[in-house]
Amino acid sequence: MSKIPAELKYTTEHEWLRERDDGTVELGITDHAQVSLGDLVFVELPDDDTVINAGDACAVVESVKAASDVYLPLSGTIVNGNQALADSPDLVNTDPYGEGWLFRFRPDTPAELDEFLSNEDYEHFVAGLND
Amino acid sequence: MSEVKKTPLYDTHVGLGARLVEFGGWNMPLYYGSQLDEHHAVRKHAGLFDVSHMTIVDVSGADTERYLRYVLANDVRKLRTAEDGPCRALYSCMLRKDGGILDDLIVYRLSNNEFRLVVNAATREKDLAWLFNQAGNHSLELLERPELAMIAVQGPQARELAAQILPSGEVLLALAPFQAHRYNDTLTARTGYTGEDGFEIIVPGAQVAALWAELHALGISVCGLGARDTLRLEAGLNLYGQDMDETVSPLECGLRWTVDSTTDRDFIGRAALERQAANGVQFEQVGLILEGRGVLRAGYIVRTTGGEGKITSGTFSPTLARSVALARLPVDAGADCEVIIRNRSHVARIVKPPFVRHGNIKVDL
Repeated sequence: MSKIPAELKYTTEHEWLRERDDGTVELGITDHAQVSLGDLVFVELPDDDTVINAGDACAVVESVKAASDVYLPLSGTIVNGNQALADSPDLVNTDPYGEGWLFRFRPDTPAELDEFLSNEDYEHFVAGLND
Repeated sequence: MSEVKKTPLYDTHVGLGARLVEFGGWNMPLYYGSQLDEHHAVRKHAGLFDVSHMTIVDVSGADTERYLRYVLANDVRKLRTAEDGPCRALYSCMLRKDGGILDDLIVYRLSNNEFRLVVNAATREKDLAWLFNQAGNHSLELLERPELAMIAVQGPQARELAAQILPSGEVLLALAPFQAHRYNDTLTARTGYTGEDGFEIIVPGAQVAALWAELHALGISVCGLGARDTLRLEAGLNLYGQDMDETVSPLECGLRWTVDSTTDRDFIGRAALERQAANGVQFEQVGLILEGRGVLRAGYIVRTTGGEGKITSGTFSPTLARSVALARLPVDAGADCEVIIRNRSHVARIVKPPFVRHGNIKVDL
């Protein structure tokens, strides 16, 4: 059973979102996603200050076996990427909700965050995939 | 759609918590835990693989040698030994008349008129049809052996560990590379697909779970197809359907050494290969090392001073901690090239495979 922290929001693309006190949002991939991908060996992050539309690919996580796009779930501007992943992409495997965060961004419309899945909704979504 | 097949070790894999994937019509373990750990286990110690999805075909009868000398691009006459000598194995391509590769395979000479072919799972049906069609008036019998399973133990410690529990272990330890030993229903060969020493063992499916459990209990790490792929790529070994197929000749994918034209033997594809060699081969297989960060993948375009080529297999190399690839490039490509990854150009260096053999890095980093 994969871990799904209660305080985060989730997308059906297996990303999590954490609202921070400074109004920015931290994004990473879920435990379920990192298990599916296997050992990560490379993460390509967006450049700081890039303006990205909702639904656009903005990062790539690569495991030994495949490359997967990461989509920005709501329009915004990239603040910064997690530079620690350059040398240690495996942080995404070992601590997907903590040290393994991918990047922080400033959403154009913060209220849209409420539209994403709660931990319970995401848990149901993942359970449905396994049927 | 036909059902995805299960090897006799399927329940074992499930019990070990394997992540299973469909490969060539079979349910196979991709990895059990960390694919990287499995890879390193084979380079440094020993790993255990289920390769029972491979198709095994026995060929026997008076004309068997004559037939295989015609059907295969390598020459099985090399496998002749004294009557009581060890069996021997040979790697070969099976070609179309136009030189395109139908499949690559290992052929074992079990006795004078008795051979065993191990061909790929994904090409099973076309291979069997081809082998039957070419048999013509030859006096021989072709028999698929689906009741046999196959496992591989690979790594610097693999042979010594496996010999502790396999019958006639002393004989097995004395085998030279590409030699094999048959004991009752078990064929053990000093072959593999990882660039490390080891055995491939063909046993009746009913016995394989017990053998697997014994080998695992010796501390040999269980490994999935994921590690098998990164190991073979580091070793510069081709994967059929990726680094070669029916549109590619052995001269274009680094397998010229497997084509035996030293005698006047007539074999399927020979005339086409000789024409191609005379006209000049346009593409060849090389190795690539990505200079910066990122991962090379199959299908990526490669730009060289001699024209464009493409990556046929690419991955992150756990041993080199860099990305490496096999690529088919124009013959006058030079030393450096650019690989297009997601619309951006990245510098890569052209090298001669293998990248790794017997635990040692064989290229400059």
